[in-house]
Amino acid sequence: MKDEYDVLVVGAGPGGSIAAKTAAEHGLDVLLIEKRAEIGNPVRCAEGVGKESIKPFIESDPSWISAEVKGARIYSPDGTAIEMSEDIAGPEVGYVLERKIFDRALALQAARAGAEVMVKTRATGLIIENGFVRGIRGEHFGDDFTVRANIVIGADGVESKVGRWAGINTTLKLSDIETCAEFLMADIDFDQDYCDFYVGNEIAPGGYAWIFPKGKHEANVGVGVLGSRVGSTKAIHFLKKFVDKSCSDGHILEIIVGGVPVSGPLERTITNGLMLVGDAARMTDPITGGGIVNAMITGQIAGEVAAKAISKGDTSTKVLSEYETRWKSAIEDSLDKSLHAKEVLTKMPDEQLNMLAHSIKDVNFGELTATSLLTEITRRNPKMLWELRHLL
Amino acid sequence: MIVINRHKCGHCGACVGVCPENAIDLVDAWVEVSDKCIECGICVKVCPVGALEIQHEG
Repeated sequence: MKDEYDVLVVGAGPGGSIAAKTAAEHGLDVLLIEKRAEIGNPVRCAEGVGKESIKPFIESDPSWISAEVKGARIYSPDGTAIEMSEDIAGPEVGYVLERKIFDRALALQAARAGAEVMVKTRATGLIIENGFVRGIRGEHFGDDFTVRANIVIGADGVESKVGRWAGINTTLKLSDIETCAEFLMADIDFDQDYCDFYVGNEIAPGGYAWIFPKGKHEANVGVGVLGSRVGSTKAIHFLKKFVDKSCSDGHILEIIVGGVPVSGPLERTITNGLMLVGDAARMTDPITGGGIVNAMITGQIAGEVAAKAISKGDTSTKVLSEYETRWKSAIEDSLDKSLHAKEVLTKMPDEQLNMLAHSIKDVNFGELTATSLLTEITRRNPKMLWELRHLL
Repeated sequence: MIVINRHKCGHCGACVGVCPENAIDLVDAWVEVSDKCIECGICVKVCPVGALEIQHEG
C-alpha cells in the first residue's frame, strides 16, 4: 500500500471492482479495498442476473455461471402462473451466478487493469479537509493506517458507512429494506429452466419467495420480507415454512442471509471528493431487489467521472455532478417505476394479487415490452389505473 | 443494550443499514454495537434470523 492514490474504492463487490477497473483503465492510480478475508464470500444474494445486462462488463465464463434459464414465472397466491420470457422478464433473468467466483473474476479484472487490490482491509473513517474527502482511515490485518486519495468511491454495500461519514444520510427505513434468508438446496425436484417467484402476504409479506436453479438439481430457495411487515416471525421462519411446503425433500447445503435496499436511489450520491455506487447508493431495483447490474453501471460511470475530475484537477461536486447526471439518465426512470410499483404491490391483499394474475395470465408476454405489459394490466383492470398511473 | 447472538448472526449487515444512530458496524464476520446505541430496536426487527435482542440491565 502506498501513502497516496488518485482513487480509493471501498468494497470489492461488483460495483467497486468495476469502478476500480474503469479508473485503472483510464491510467489512474487505484486502490481497491475489501474488508473481508475473501472476495465474494459470504454471498448475500439470490444470484439471478440478465445475460445481456452483464455483457458490457465481463466476458462470459462458465466458471461463474451456475445455470442458464429461459425465463421467469411469477406465481400469485392461488398458484396462477404468469410466464415471462427472458427478453422482457428484466435484468434479473438469464443467468444464475456463482457469486463467489463471479466477484473474484471482477476483482481480478480490476487488478489486471492496474488497480492494487487488498483484502482484510477496511475503512474506519474518512479524511476530510476543507470540505473535501481526501482519503480514508483504515485497518489492515489488525494495523491502523491512513491513506490519501483525490477521490473516494464508496461501494460498501447495504451496510455502507462511507456515505454517512461524509454527511449523506443513507439510513434505510424498515419499509425500505427487504430482509432475506435463503438456502442452497440439493436434490430438489423442480423446473430447471425457470426462475420462479412466489408472491403473497402469507408466503412473503411485502416481498416474495424464490426458487432459482443452480444446476445439477440444486437451487437457491429464498424468501425476502419487507422490514416493516416483520414481527416476531423472521425471514428465516418464512423460509422454513416455504421449504416445508415446496421442497421439503431437498438437502440444505448452505444458508445465506441478506438485507436488500428497496428505497430507490439516494437523493445525493456525491460530495466533494466522493461518489457512492451500487447498494451503498441504494441503486437496487425496488421490485426485484436486483442490484448487481446497477452496481456495475454506476461503478463504471463513477470510474469514468473520476478520471475526468482528476485530469481536470477538480474533484468538487461541480465536476462530480456528471456522475449523478449520467446514472440518472441510465437507470433513474426504471428505478422510479419499480419504486412506484413496489408501493402499490406491497400493499395489495392476496385477492387483488390473484385478480391481477388472472387478468393477464393468457397474455403472450414474449411479445410485450415492460411498459406495454403494465398498460395491459391497467387496460384489463381499470380500477387499478389510478394506483398504477405512475408506471405508464 | 443490544445483544448479538454470534451463533445466529449471518453477518449480512441489514442491521447496520437501518441503524439511525450509525451505532452498528459489520467489521469482518462479526457485528459490533457502539455506545451511540439508543435501543430503538429497529435492528432487532430487521434481522433475518433474529440474532439481535434488547437486553434490559438490572
